[in-house]
Amino acid sequence: MKFLARHILKGSRPFWLCLFGVTWVLSTYSFPLYKALDARWIIKFPKAWELQLDGWISAVMKWLVEDASFGLFSFRDLTRFISSLIEAPYQVVRSGLIDGFSTGQGQQAVEIAPSLSWIAIITILAALAFYAKDWVLAALVGGCFVYLAIFGQWESAMVTLASVIIAVPLGVVGGLLLGILAYLSPLAERMMRPVLDLMQTVPVFAYLVPILFLFGFGPVSALVATVIYAMPPMVRVSTVALQGVPTEIEEAGRMMGCSRRQMMWKVLVPSAMPTLMVGVNQVIMLSLNMVIIASMIGAGGLGYDVLTALRRLDIGGGIEAGLAIVALAIALDRLSQAFSTRTQDALPEPGLSYVKRHPWLVSVVLIMLGTGLAGLYLPAIQSYPESATLTTSAFWSDAMEWININFFDTFEAIKTFFLTYLLLPVKRFFSGVPWAWGIIAIGLAAWRVGGWKLGAMAALMALAIAASGLWAKAMITIYLCGVSVFLASVIGIPLGIWAGQNSRANSVIGAFIDTLQTLPSFVYLIPVVMLFRVGDFSAMIAVVLYALAPAVRYAAHGIREIEPEMIEAGKVSGCTKNQLLWRIKLPLATPSLLLGLNQTIMLALSMLVITALVGTRDLGQEVYIALTKANTGQGIIAGLAVAFIAITADRIVSAMARASRERLGLK
Amino acid sequence: MENSVKLDCRGVWKLYGPNPTAFLNKHGGNPDQDTMNKAQIIGAVRDANVQIHEGEIFVIMGLSGSGKSTLVRCLSRLVEPTAGHVEFEGRDLLSMPEAELIDVRRKKMGMVFQHFALLPHLTVLQNAAFPLDVQGVDRKTREARAHEMVELVGLKGRENYFPRQLSGGQQQRVGIARSLVAEPDLWFLDEPFSALDPLIRREMQDEFMRLQSMLRKTIIFITHDFDEAIRLADRIAVMKDGAIVQTATPEELILNPATDYVEEFTRHIPRAKVLRLATVMSPGAPEGNYAGDLQGGLSVADTVDQIEAESRPFRVINKNGEAIGTIDARTVIDVLIGRSGK
Ligand SMILES: Nc1ncnc2c1ncn2[C@@H]1O[C@H](COP(=O)(O)OP(=O)(O)O)[C@@H](O)[C@H]1O
Ligand SMILES: [Mg+2]
Repeated sequence: MKFLARHILKGSRPFWLCLFGVTWVLSTYSFPLYKALDARWIIKFPKAWELQLDGWISAVMKWLVEDASFGLFSFRDLTRFISSLIEAPYQVVRSGLIDGFSTGQGQQAVEIAPSLSWIAIITILAALAFYAKDWVLAALVGGCFVYLAIFGQWESAMVTLASVIIAVPLGVVGGLLLGILAYLSPLAERMMRPVLDLMQTVPVFAYLVPILFLFGFGPVSALVATVIYAMPPMVRVSTVALQGVPTEIEEAGRMMGCSRRQMMWKVLVPSAMPTLMVGVNQVIMLSLNMVIIASMIGAGGLGYDVLTALRRLDIGGGIEAGLAIVALAIALDRLSQAFSTRTQDALPEPGLSYVKRHPWLVSVVLIMLGTGLAGLYLPAIQSYPESATLTTSAFWSDAMEWININFFDTFEAIKTFFLTYLLLPVKRFFSGVPWAWGIIAIGLAAWRVGGWKLGAMAALMALAIAASGLWAKAMITIYLCGVSVFLASVIGIPLGIWAGQNSRANSVIGAFIDTLQTLPSFVYLIPVVMLFRVGDFSAMIAVVLYALAPAVRYAAHGIREIEPEMIEAGKVSGCTKNQLLWRIKLPLATPSLLLGLNQTIMLALSMLVITALVGTRDLGQEVYIALTKANTGQGIIAGLAVAFIAITADRIVSAMARASRERLGLK
Repeated sequence: MENSVKLDCRGVWKLYGPNPTAFLNKHGGNPDQDTMNKAQIIGAVRDANVQIHEGEIFVIMGLSGSGKSTLVRCLSRLVEPTAGHVEFEGRDLLSMPEAELIDVRRKKMGMVFQHFALLPHLTVLQNAAFPLDVQGVDRKTREARAHEMVELVGLKGRENYFPRQLSGGQQQRVGIARSLVAEPDLWFLDEPFSALDPLIRREMQDEFMRLQSMLRKTIIFITHDFDEAIRLADRIAVMKDGAIVQTATPEELILNPATDYVEEFTRHIPRAKVLRLATVMSPGAPEGNYAGDLQGGLSVADTVDQIEAESRPFRVINKNGEAIGTIDARTVIDVLIGRSGK
């Protein structure tokens, strides 16, 4: 970190020292100053100047839902139509996985067909895994689902899975179509880019508020939010994947006389398939993440279990549900990754019988039917018998209790240490900065790094936040984010450097980081709250864990990408190992470290909003409150404020990365 | 015995950079290198004129970056030329509406690419059948036809492999099968063998000649390898910096290189292999007695032993057995050591 700072500040130290000095003085003395001058505007943005955008947005939303009409149909009809489009397939999938098919309502419901038996579902997934890769993966995926059955999480997991199964195709197809549009039309691409940028920086909770307002509480809302959340990366990946198809292949298609449609669907899209599958994997993981979070607006399933456990401080139940999410996440991730790297073998000989050509498909269908029929007589085959489930809830509760009794002082000491020496001083510094100077300081910093345009943009965004009356909360967000990013970098960059230099370390750290990254953000809250209860410190730990991955990855990548000749040159000139690291490797890896920093900040901000659940008082809390009150205006404004912070940070760090790449003569 | 012109390309320009059309018009349709450099315009193809005759192998030769690929793409309208005319079988290719162009490409043109450009998700057979699939030919017919082509290029037995399971040479065989499956009249090959190892390249050249002796297509063949050009070409166009420096038969190129640049290429070429007796002989039947008859189409290299062993000259005859000239050991030696202009 210190190194990074030195590298970035090179040559302009006086400017940064001055900026920091002035900020520090103003931050420390702003309160006395306000007392002395009796000028409250110094520390608080004047109420009279506040833009009342939130009320205005809420009014528009209200009008949309209650009065808006497009002539033939009203806005309400439109949302109802969308709901029914989503609801119907969702119900079918849910019936197939868990509820069974029935006619009639409530008491009169008559079951006409059972859902797939648990054995059949596990077989299908394991067979898919085998088809995509090998026995090992089949065992892993099958094992994860057997775990869900044995430990009594089956039903919730299936509800979650049903949402994922509906959300993923919608996200993938929607993303692909938009991506194709952007590929075909530069104009569309230019129009989409800022929207995508915004969508990827607006925190997840902020999506939930307007959707909740439009679609009401329930699985449909959750699915809409999930699709919207999971789609943007697919749009990007699709465009990039299509652009990455070799020109020659496109030319070959044209020379063979493909029409435009044939060109897209028979040549370009299939050729881009490996990259597209990476996007599909992302959509799956983001959908899972969001389905869990969307339990707040009625998705149900595992996320709901975690949420209720957190609210009741039911330690055992929370951990159980959390582990189930982990199992589901790992199974889905590895399975979809295997599909993206799958290589086809030569086709089977034609002329064989259907059964011989598709032995797997046939046996899976047989097992589905067989267990379905057998399940009618033997209930244990249809659904995993409740009496045979194990619960680890009590075990986890006891374990946690034991830890909390025996290590209470240790944890308390750690927490106090961090609070006293890191969190509180930083918090005081940021909270003290008078808003007017804050805007100027951010503008100046951005100007120094990326020119006057960037400076003006940063200052305007800061002004917008202040004018929405969110300055104080934004400062808390920045402080928590800053501290967490700092810690994530302090931990992550050395780990990454180690992994970059040592292949054994790399495989261990890589596996660890991969797993961390597959976990839905919600899961991080569970152990943290169990050990440290609520508050800024817990939030910080969760954020650090969640945001660690890119710091490690990019550091390792940066070290690995250095030309071997550079290092040899260093060795030949007699550098010690230490000198080699500090004088050669790190300076050359700086652009990569900065990219990692950028990603870390983005992840930290997105997690920070979720930590509102463990009682932070930042913008995340503002969104969360808006969500519970279904106050659309408040939610959107606070969400935009987080997005502004994210965008400003992104532009500033990217500009630094660019500058440092230029300085090193890299392209 | 001039065959009809299949593809006629006149005054074709392709410029890359800001506003190339306006730039070309401003400079009277013929800007020089300096003006282009100043305007940051790249002249990928400059004022190209070629006439390709029915049934010939026309090779476009030049170093990497000399504009060969761009020229051949202008000829097939894969890139739109900035200026110029291209006529295919008497029809203006450049003003053709899209539907017609698609039809021409489906029925009349085939192309082989340097990096094969096979579709990774299709098997050998499906790749070879793809042009017919695009045309809407039913599956049975197109697969039967693709089978024939796959067999023709020597890949029988690998129909169900995927491209990545094949070596480079095998992949290009699939590319060739695919480009021929729709029975095109005009066959473009853009450096088809450049990505292959030298030994495989030779093998593929022989294979190519074998195919051509059976199929008799009109061929536009791109290469940066002068040996390859000499081996395969009926006529060669040499390109430099986007312009065609000389268009001639291999023999003419060697005997009368238009510029130092062309001569540089021809220098290391074994002349005896290229030059035919009919080219190097002195006209008129031998006076007095001679050692025997030799076909004018034979190369000097093929006949040198025979001619050297005799003190008397040989009579050179054409296909119909008529005497067309005389050749003796001295002329042959001149050719071998490159002594005279001939
Ligand atoms: N799409 C393009 N944009 C800009 N310059 C191009 C483009 N395509 C080709 N060129 C330039 O045109 C010149 C000729 O390229 P090309 O036809 O590919 O040469 P060759 O096939 O002989 O190696 C090169 O200088 C290349 O950089
Ligand atoms: Mg080329």
